[in-house]
Amino acid sequence: MALDFGVFCKSTLDGEVVDHCFSSLFGLGQNADPSYLDWLMKAWGWTLAVAALGLAIALIVGAVMGTLRTLPDTGRGSRTLVRFATAWVELFRNIPVLVQVFLWYHVIPSFILPLKLLPSYWLVSIALGFYTSARIAEQVRAGIQSLPSGQRAAATALGMTTSQTYRYIILPMALRIVIPPLTSESMNAIKNSSVAFAVSVPELTLFAMQAQEETSRGVEIYLAVTGLYALSAFGVNRVMALIEKRSRIPGFISASNDASLAH
Amino acid sequence: MKMKQISQILAVTALVAISGTALAASATMDKIKSSGAVTMGVRESSIPMSYTTGDSRFDGYHVEACRMILNDIKDKLGMSTLRINYQPVTSQNRVPLVQNGTVDIECGTTTNNANRAKDVGFANTLYVEEVRIAVKANSGINSISQLAGKKVATTTGTTSVQLLRKHEKANGVNFDEVFGKDHADSFLLLESGRADAFVMDGSILAGNIASAKNPKDFKIVGEVLSTEPIAIMVPKNDPEFKAAVNAAIAKMVANGRMPALWDKWFLKPIPPKNVVVGLELSPATKNAWANLNDKPAEDYAQKK
Repeated sequence: MALDFGVFCKSTLDGEVVDHCFSSLFGLGQNADPSYLDWLMKAWGWTLAVAALGLAIALIVGAVMGTLRTLPDTGRGSRTLVRFATAWVELFRNIPVLVQVFLWYHVIPSFILPLKLLPSYWLVSIALGFYTSARIAEQVRAGIQSLPSGQRAAATALGMTTSQTYRYIILPMALRIVIPPLTSESMNAIKNSSVAFAVSVPELTLFAMQAQEETSRGVEIYLAVTGLYALSAFGVNRVMALIEKRSRIPGFISASNDASLAH
Repeated sequence: MKMKQISQILAVTALVAISGTALAASATMDKIKSSGAVTMGVRESSIPMSYTTGDSRFDGYHVEACRMILNDIKDKLGMSTLRINYQPVTSQNRVPLVQNGTVDIECGTTTNNANRAKDVGFANTLYVEEVRIAVKANSGINSISQLAGKKVATTTGTTSVQLLRKHEKANGVNFDEVFGKDHADSFLLLESGRADAFVMDGSILAGNIASAKNPKDFKIVGEVLSTEPIAIMVPKNDPEFKAAVNAAIAKMVANGRMPALWDKWFLKPIPPKNVVVGLELSPATKNAWANLNDKPAEDYAQKK
């Protein structure tokens, strides 16, 4: 079948071809009516925004929860924290992400009324962030537990407190080790952000469903959307590869842990 | 000489006969006759037009109309039995499935518009949809003009989204649009107060209100925002099959079966929950029955 990408230069109001197909992208001149290309770019922006906020929440919460799960048994306080972090991980990774999005959008706000005032963008980012945080927490835990036990013992022997041990000895090593799985998780955040369409965030998936209905050019629309998802995920991949390379300490972890081999 | 003339005549006659059969041959009808089965495209939850009543049984106004049509075609083909396979379709895949022949006849809630008519054929319209506004009964909203700046829900992947956009542009107003992923979701937005109004096809609004916890809390208000013919979809390059479907439709209308069909699905309790949709027969639908046609939505817009 013949592909016709001219559909992106059509107006979203009357389906006529607009004057400046690329205009609104570079601020060269504004169309009177937005084109499907304008809409596609706006939708891409929403996808990136949801993924970025979700990932930020996930990285912070995930690092904290993963660390808490590895706390040494030093009394009731630390045992409670370990149990809390374990419960957190099991709760958020055992529920499908779409269900979690609905819980945050429909169910939880009906009990906690102030949440109703939050825009759906925040709610879906929280849902995506917490879901991903459970997975990141497990990776951080794996990173911490992969360190030889001598490291922790040496820190204790030097008279470091638990928080100093984590701050100066364990986490700087462990977080470097888990960069490769974190790369996958960050790319997943881009892809999982597609669930946001279900709660009215006008992102790429919502654009695809609506625009293909309006234009009947589903193949072209889905090709463009697929391309943008792949491009975004690949962009995240490159950024993470750069971080991996920059943060590497030569000879510190293992010689084979080469960033160029990791991808 | 004479011999040559005769052979020429014979050749021409043979040619006419061949092209005659070629025209009469309908790929869809051939398939129905040879396989003894037909695939009907249906919707999962377009109450009361086309929906499942559980256990992969499907029913509804359009589904029953299609069963009558197929029964007529079965008789026409001289078959004793015809097995109907139901294939659930969605807004996204219904046109491609008819195009590639997976579905022989789609009996859902497809708007007949010029854009789709490039890809598929539409039978004569049996139902004219009017896009309306559903609000909470105590909201005091009576017209679309009162919706400026309010939250308006509609369903992703429907023509109503574009309709709202056009209305905003034409009247210089701004709605705060929220999109449900399906009609039940959009209605939940209205029910939970996340939206002040739900703009959608009248039958869908009526169906959702009918199955709500408290149907009295909601009402359908305001002007008709758009009128669209909802039609049965058939393959495009099969005029023979389309003609057979239209002939069956004409017979149903002539026999006066349509008002009873309307009563059954729109005014009486329907399975599986025995709710009443409660949508009166509109003058537009009555007009479509009286003057059977397959005009696309664009023609309806101009009339207004």
